[in-house]
Amino acid sequence: MDNSALAIEVKDISKSYDKVKALDHVSLNVQRGEIFGLIGPDGAGKTTLFKILVTLLNADEGSALVDGLDIAKDYRAIRSRVGYMPGKFSLYPDLTIEENMEFFATLFGVTVEQNYDLVAPIYKQIEPFKKRRAGRLSGGMKQKLALSCALIHKPSVLFLDEPTTGVDAVSRSEFWDMLHNLREQGLSILVSTPYMDEASRCDRIALCNTGHILDIDSPQHMVEKFDGNLYGIKARDMYGLLKALRNDDYIANCYTAGEYHHLLAKSGFDPDRLKQDLVAHSHSNVEIKSIIPDIEDVFIKLLSNEQH
Amino acid sequence: MSSFLKFVKKETLHILRDNRTMLIALLMPVVQILLFGFAISTEVNNVNVAVVAPKWDEQIRQSVNRLSANPYFTYIGHITENDIDQYLRSGKVDAIVVFAHDFDKLITQWKQNGNGKAAMQFIMDASNTNTAQAGAGYLNNILADELMQSNNLVETHMLFNPQMKSAFNFVPGIMGMIFILICAMLTSVAIVREKETGTMDVLLVSPVRPLTIILAKMTPYFILSCINLTTILLLARFVLGIPMSGNLGSIIVVSLVYLALSLSLGLLISTIAKQQIVALLISAAVMIMPIVMLSGMLFPVENMPAVLKPVSAIVPARWYIDAMRKLLIQGASFGLILKDFLILVGMTIALLAIALKKFNDKLE
Repeated sequence: MDNSALAIEVKDISKSYDKVKALDHVSLNVQRGEIFGLIGPDGAGKTTLFKILVTLLNADEGSALVDGLDIAKDYRAIRSRVGYMPGKFSLYPDLTIEENMEFFATLFGVTVEQNYDLVAPIYKQIEPFKKRRAGRLSGGMKQKLALSCALIHKPSVLFLDEPTTGVDAVSRSEFWDMLHNLREQGLSILVSTPYMDEASRCDRIALCNTGHILDIDSPQHMVEKFDGNLYGIKARDMYGLLKALRNDDYIANCYTAGEYHHLLAKSGFDPDRLKQDLVAHSHSNVEIKSIIPDIEDVFIKLLSNEQH
Repeated sequence: MSSFLKFVKKETLHILRDNRTMLIALLMPVVQILLFGFAISTEVNNVNVAVVAPKWDEQIRQSVNRLSANPYFTYIGHITENDIDQYLRSGKVDAIVVFAHDFDKLITQWKQNGNGKAAMQFIMDASNTNTAQAGAGYLNNILADELMQSNNLVETHMLFNPQMKSAFNFVPGIMGMIFILICAMLTSVAIVREKETGTMDVLLVSPVRPLTIILAKMTPYFILSCINLTTILLLARFVLGIPMSGNLGSIIVVSLVYLALSLSLGLLISTIAKQQIVALLISAAVMIMPIVMLSGMLFPVENMPAVLKPVSAIVPARWYIDAMRKLLIQGASFGLILKDFLILVGMTIALLAIALKKFNDKLE
């Protein structure tokens, strides 16, 4: 294993498909033993970056090191060191759990027994069904099997491309617990997700959109450095409320966010004044409260900053 | 067990668990051989024939007896001259033999002088040229030649296939088609399936050279084709009664080269196609049609328009079918099929080289 402090080092990578720029000068570093989250909506370029880093695609510009190895020159060496779990369910549906595991072990020249300890916490959960074909597993079980297969050769860096997409909430939470266990064993993990609420489970995250990175930091930091006052507001007529808020001069931005609309205040904003205004315009059950921003608020603010 | 064998085991499992494909791959040759051998044939059989005889004498009676005893003809009966048109139009008969009213006299004249006036007339329904031509030939043999035994001008021998069995002609053709179907079509689809499901990505991001995996993928199909080769040869020999007079070793060697060629073709298709359906379409459009139309399987290469002849030369099946005909039916020695063999070897090397060059261990 290379001794450099970084598990992944991405320098200024760009990649275009025809005219669409999928990645636009992206740079980021992943420390050893860290869970790094790539967070952004569909079309942010997450999958393209993954494919470049696991050496499936060539970058148009820029360079990157994975486990200290150059993705262009040493791609064969990288391939034996990384574990890759693509976004699509990439196992053999007509093979059983056991057969899939054995095949992927063989692929990396190891046996299931050899690295059983590493995968055991995950694999044990699906082992009772090992004679079942992978195509007949539930989403959560497929995900566990895919992770076990990606881990069986004891990789030093793990690439998980949207591992929780299409998986129920309980399994998702369990999955993140598993990732934390793996980190304890020294693995470096790059994981992507479109779910903003999963950001807090990462050590550090990169928020990205349409091929470039908006910000990189720890999720706590990102929330702490959120500058501006954020309020949650609700009323009986939520849609009418949103329209009314958008016409208010003291509100920088407002958007739906579940039970409450979130609104970002400009200076001079007075919540009591707003409430009186709304009541005067026949809005009922108006409730305003100050709230602590989450990653989604950060993301939306970064996006709107960029647009202005 | 070495890792290569484990890969082969995995591919075998894929095939074994896909019952439908398995069934098609193993049954298709049997069904085709039996179909072409028995049901579909270009032999002329059951020609319905009627007779017009103004005077029913002993000479004619003998001729008609010979006719009705012949397995190729079904004797319908005798009709009057006026009915000829109606019988042919309605399709009740395919051929009508009209005897001259002084038939016996004319025949005697022929026998004495070796020449004379026409003694009988064959009227054929030529809307099916094949039946008409062959039927007229048979009638000539049965009726005219028998009467003129003494002075046969031409003597014809049908070598290698004296009974003109069409199965003899089809077996090499079917072999040429089956191996392409199984080796090229099924392998290309199997490889492209991995691209489509995304497992190819995972395979590529591993220390194993993709080529190893591809070779492992081809092995079970190769074995499957060897089983088919055995089945076809056994059926051809013992069910269809094909002489198989050529050297068995040569038959097998040429067939193995053809299998390798088909596998290379499959690999090439898999490098082009991104979806299984595309692989299937390419296989069907680029391979099946030319094989059926241009390989000489159905239509002789010699009869093709000049434009199509060079095209047929690049259809691998043409050379394989040619070689198999010579080996299975004519009993030719290896020296006589050397040209076919070398062309097949050359094509295999060329296809493999292109396929390997195009085969990329990245996604682009």
